[in-house]
Amino acid sequence: MDRIENHPILGPRKSAREPVDFTFNGEKVAGLKGEPIAAALLAAGIRTLRRHEESGSPRGLYCSIGHCMECRLNVQGKGLVRACLTPLEAGMYISEGERLPNEITGRRLP
Amino acid sequence: MTQVNPYDLLIVGAGPAGLSAAVEAAGHDLRVAVVDEFPEPGGRMIGQFHEEKGHWWVGRQVAEQLLDRCSALGVKIRCGASVHSILRSDDVWVLKTSEGSMQARNVLLATGSAEIPHPLPGWTLPGVMSIGAAQVMANVHYVKPGRRGLIIGVNVLAMAISQELSVSGVSIAGIVLPGIGPITGKEASPKESLQQLMGLAHLAPSPLMRIGGKAVNALGMAGLVSRFIPRSGIKIWDIPLRLRTVAVSINGRSQVQSVTLADVNGEGAVIPGSHREELVDFVAIAGGLYPLAELASVAGCPFVYAEELGGHVPVHDEQMRTPVEGLYVAGNITGIESALVAMAQGRLAAATICADAGLLGQHHEREVLEAMQHVRRVRATALIQFRPGIQEAREQFYRKWGGFQREKHGIKEQG
Repeated sequence: MDRIENHPILGPRKSAREPVDFTFNGEKVAGLKGEPIAAALLAAGIRTLRRHEESGSPRGLYCSIGHCMECRLNVQGKGLVRACLTPLEAGMYISEGERLPNEITGRRLP
Repeated sequence: MTQVNPYDLLIVGAGPAGLSAAVEAAGHDLRVAVVDEFPEPGGRMIGQFHEEKGHWWVGRQVAEQLLDRCSALGVKIRCGASVHSILRSDDVWVLKTSEGSMQARNVLLATGSAEIPHPLPGWTLPGVMSIGAAQVMANVHYVKPGRRGLIIGVNVLAMAISQELSVSGVSIAGIVLPGIGPITGKEASPKESLQQLMGLAHLAPSPLMRIGGKAVNALGMAGLVSRFIPRSGIKIWDIPLRLRTVAVSINGRSQVQSVTLADVNGEGAVIPGSHREELVDFVAIAGGLYPLAELASVAGCPFVYAEELGGHVPVHDEQMRTPVEGLYVAGNITGIESALVAMAQGRLAAATICADAGLLGQHHEREVLEAMQHVRRVRATALIQFRPGIQEAREQFYRKWGGFQREKHGIKEQG
């Protein structure tokens, strides 16, 4: 999705952010250091942040401020985090929240 | 970050209420800290802007002024820390956060509000988000939520944020009603939505007044109102407000591709054969706000359901005390209102905390009274009113629930 470089009312972002690379699901992605992981992924056109633990259906950002927990994904070294609140760091190794095996969820879905 | 010497005041929430309280309390020489789980301070205010009497009110500027004053007064602000426990022991509050524990003699909960969803088929698809999420992405993180979106839900937030997105160059296909369901209730009918919108007429006077003037006579007369709402909608800031259209489902394989829309009659019933698809790549759901009050519950504060205030709110008096000793509230946790009211409430809560700590000397009654009158004045002149009748609802609430006796440990059930 497009970034807003110079907002017509708010102007440009006050503190410029350094471009960094990170890895998402094994692919190299570019983002800005310090922005939330969810914002970096959205800017890169990636909307699916997680697979539902039982059904495996795709899930994305919903509330963007840490309330809904829909955007949880894995960051190596940090574990499961909320993508909307976790600042991006250079070289982060990120993978989407995973569907769990039936042995864990205890339910069989088609 | 385990600190031994407790703060005089620990504020949870670095939004308009929390920061205003911090400035006021630190100005009276209290040792103040503010904690917030968002990576930067300012609360939702940093993403808000609207046109007001010919100029733009920019929330970020207001937040920056408050932050400058906090920093000059030595207020400690800790962002990116989530509070997950609050306990009082030996007259000191202990808060467990994701970044360690913090202690304080007094706690002010200024946690704000959260959004009510309108669940509908397809709403879990990536690309469906709350209206506030679209605002945060565009105005705080500077990433567009999508190229072309549809807003589901007609209320203050939907109207204000649609305009913000439109200004940022995001195309808005329209604002439509959620279908009537067990969660949306009657608010989803064209009649109720129009009634709500009348409270907003000042934000977009001409189109709303035009339609509203005719509709006012018809309100209360079942079915008649729809006659005055054209099927194509009315345009407000170039965004089609479609009060006769509902969203039936959101469609897409791995993300949002379209929304199925249908026309409804004045009571909100779908007109058979009116279904069609609108192509969009994101959907923002605007279900309104409710007070975010879990921490008050964890701290042992009793709650009351107050519809006009937006749901369950912690019991508190007009000076912002709760029945739990050393626990205060301010801002949207006490009821849904605008940022300016929250700021006034923050200052009032700080004045009360200082008065209760014996810091205001003989003038304490006057200072608190003045701060209380200021809240009333700001409320009475608020440009943005989320709910009609908030003033009367507040008065009633404080008459009924404000007369509690504080208990030293825990609280007695009311009534």
